Formats: sequence, C-alpha cells, structure tokens
Amino acid sequence: MSAATAASNLIIEKLNKSYQTKNGEVNALRGIDLAIQEGEFVAIIGSSGCGKSTLLRIIAGLENGYSGAVKIGGRRIAGPGLDRGMVFQEHRLIPWLTVQQNVAFGLNGMDPGPRDTVVREHLELVGLAGFAKAFPHQLSGGMSQRVAIARSLVNNPQLLLLDEPFGALDALTRIQLQQEILRIWEAERTTMVLVTHDIDEAIFLGDRVVIMSNRPGTIRKIVQVHLPRPRDRSSYDFVQIRKEIYAEFFAEAEKPFAYAI
Amino acid sequence: MAHDSAQGPPKIQRLLQYTGLSVAIIGVWQALFHLGYLNPVLLPPPSRIALTFRDLLLSGDLPRHIGISIVRVLEGFGIATVLGLGLGTAIGLSRTLDRWTDLIIQVVKPIPPIAWIPLAILWFGIGEQSKVYIIFLGAFFPIIISTIDGIRQTDQKFVEVARILAVPRFKFVRQVVLPGALPAIMTGLRVGLMVAWMCVVAAELIAASSGIGYLIMDARQLSQSDVVLVGMISIGVVGKLMDSLIKLLEKRLISWKVAFAGN
Repeated sequence: MSAATAASNLIIEKLNKSYQTKNGEVNALRGIDLAIQEGEFVAIIGSSGCGKSTLLRIIAGLENGYSGAVKIGGRRIAGPGLDRGMVFQEHRLIPWLTVQQNVAFGLNGMDPGPRDTVVREHLELVGLAGFAKAFPHQLSGGMSQRVAIARSLVNNPQLLLLDEPFGALDALTRIQLQQEILRIWEAERTTMVLVTHDIDEAIFLGDRVVIMSNRPGTIRKIVQVHLPRPRDRSSYDFVQIRKEIYAEFFAEAEKPFAYAI
Repeated sequence: MAHDSAQGPPKIQRLLQYTGLSVAIIGVWQALFHLGYLNPVLLPPPSRIALTFRDLLLSGDLPRHIGISIVRVLEGFGIATVLGLGLGTAIGLSRTLDRWTDLIIQVVKPIPPIAWIPLAILWFGIGEQSKVYIIFLGAFFPIIISTIDGIRQTDQKFVEVARILAVPRFKFVRQVVLPGALPAIMTGLRVGLMVAWMCVVAAELIAASSGIGYLIMDARQLSQSDVVLVGMISIGVVGKLMDSLIKLLEKRLISWKVAFAGN
C-alpha cells in the first residue's frame, strides 16, 4: 500500500455513541470497527433505527459526543471538512436558488469564471447541463437528487457519504440513479460510503456490504461482493448474496422476497 | 388541488368576484336611503359621499390632508423598517443579543402606541415629530418580531448542508437565512404598515392641525358625517394601495415560493 493510499483511508475504531432520552440512555452505536480503503465503495445496510445514519453523520462531522476514534488519513476528524461530501435522503436544495446557484453554493472563494466552469462540469456529470437556470420546484425528485449529488462533488471530496440518497425515489428512478452513481464513482474514483435499507442497492453498488444490527447498532457481518460491474441483479451470484444478506435479517423466514424490508 | 393563478375562472368572472361584494353593499346602502330607512345626518348615502369627495378633491383639501398623512406614515414606517430589519436581523442571528434584548422588547411591545401619545406630545410637541414617533412605535414591533422569527425559522437541514460545504457565515446569511426569512419579513412589513395607518389617524385625532385624522375630527365637530366618511374611505383606499405595493414587491422577491393560494 502506498503512502498516498494510506493517507486517505477512513478508519473507525471502537466507536460508541449514545443518546440521552426521557427513558434513559439509548445506545445508538456500539463497538464499531471499520476500515475503508481509498476508492472503495462500501454499502451499509440495516433496518431503520439501527444507527447507520448516525454513523454516517459522525463521519461527516455533524455529530459530536461519541467515544472511540474516526480517522481520515491517520487524523481524527474534528467537525465537517471539504475532504468529505454528503448527499442526504432529501435533496436539501435551497428553493430560492437556481440549480446553478445551488451547485455553486459549495464553492467558496472562487472567481466567477472558474466557478462557472466547475458548476457546468458537474451539471454535465449528472446529466443536467440544460437545467442550470431552473429552480428546484421545477425539477422531479430524481433530478433534484442529481443536483444534490453534483453539489456534493464540486469540492472534489475524497470521501462521499450517501445517506439513503435514493430512498424517497420511485423504483425506476432509483435504479437509474444507482447506475448514475456507479458511473460517477468509476469516473471520479471517490471513496463512497452508502447507507441504505435496500439490499439490492447495497449489492449492486458495494464492494463490501456492512450489515448492521439493531439497538445497539453494531456491525453484525461484512459481506464481500466479488462481482464484476455492472452487476446483473438477476444473476445466480447476485441472488446468492441477496439470500445470504436476507438470512441475516430474517433468520427464521421461510422464503426470501426479491425486494427487502 | 388548488387552482394555479394562471388558470381558474376567466378574467371577467374574477373581476366580478373581486368587486361584487363591495358594489352590492354600496347598492344596498343607497337603496336603504331611497327607501327612507337612513337618517342622512347619521349615515349619508354613497351618492352624497361621492359628491363631498368630489368637492374636497377639487378644493384641494383632501389631497393636502391625505398627502400630509402619507408623508407621516412613510417617515415613521421607513424608520421602523430600517431599524426593525437591522435590529431584527442582528437579534435573530445572535443568541446573546437576543437574551440582552428579549425582556425589554416583550415588555414594551404590548403597550399600545396610542398610550405613548401623551409622552410624545410632552417630548416632541404637537408637531411632526410626535406623530412620526407614534407611527414608528406602532410599525417597529411587528417588523422586528417577524424578522427575528423569520430568521429563527431557518431550516436546520440547510445549516447542515452549509456546514458540510464549509460555507462562510456571511454567504450563508445572505443566500439562505435572509431569503428564507423574507416571507415572514414581508408579512411583518404589511402588518407594520397597517398599524402605521392606525397610528397616524389616532395621533392626528388627538393633536394635529392637518392630516386625514384632523380632517375627520374637524368634520365630527361640525357634524359633517359625509366628510368623516370620505376621510375614512380615503384611508382605506390609500392603505389598500400601499398594501398592494408591498404585495407586488413580495411577489417579485419570493417568486420561488409555490404557496397555497386557496381554492
């Protein structure tokens, strides 16, 4: 492993996070150990409330008050930074800014000329070059999420955190955007950490699928996906992996469904 | 689903809906007079009011008094807008400043501007300053309160996006906080303007030698109920026009908002 590769690794060690509620302390995450390589695509899967989003928010630097360590390139993270981008479940575009202005929102201290070029390149990357002047309310859900992806990439983050980014989209749009994010990953080679509750999505995209258990959130199992891309969701190997993951959630289930939870 | 403003009923029908009720009330009012139900000294008919309106318009009395009141409103409202927006923004952005100012704002706010009139006259005399001061007090609180509220309503989700993207504070305030607060601010301005009109008339009723409030008070002493009504209706029409201007401004500034417009 070269020094440069080691420098951009994400390492999570003995991570614990708990919340205080009226009914006492709730363990959101317990004993999370995970190392993610540069350029890797890791999918984290778990049922709702398992703390997977909390894990992502900690990596992003949005959450404090945890024990253990989260390091990037050997350095502990202290708050958000431009080395990490994030796409949320809701697109979170600012309604009174145009698509162009929304993407430029993340570009600070740049002259207008170069800035416009970066914005245009990223809108082309997500296939929305013709919508620069549109407002968010004029876009469909899938298009809005594409703009959000473009916005998250303008600073060329080493690490892109995806928090159920396609969860609110219809099935067809979701598949389109999964292919899109795969294309972007292959083109940009950004390390990606995707949180999802969709087993197919996790297998389709991830080099590894991290399965989390509920309350407290722990890593139950990590499944390697050694399948060439683009992956065929109906291939024998794909279906076998799906069965394996499915069994983790529904140990006593009679027969697995094609689409999960 | 609500109709888009571009769709809905045709133009003529909409004009009818817009003016129908007013025209009907005037019609009934006039009819009641002709049927002998109204004492014209207590409530003169619309036709009589129209004639008085014409006379006051041609003599220049009405334009003069209305003009004086408009200038007072604009002065007081203008100062209230500048200070209300400025202080409101500062307080909205700073928890510390909020703690310093909250008690005094909450205590002074419920005092009706009219209750300030005696002090205002003692301090500023019965000239322009006392009226502008009363109007300022009336308009200031709706504007500052809605500005603070509007800023406080900034979506936490956008705050997170800005943190992730390391957006500088000034840019965040300019591009996210203030535009987001704009609908609330515009509502505050409209309420403030309405209160400003109440205040100018109240101030002029009590101590003035000009303005629309004085015109009404003077006419009352002479039992000229038609002049009183002309004054009242003039205030209503001018207030409505000013409100429309703010609404127009609002529409241009907040074109991104797809609001529910009734159905």
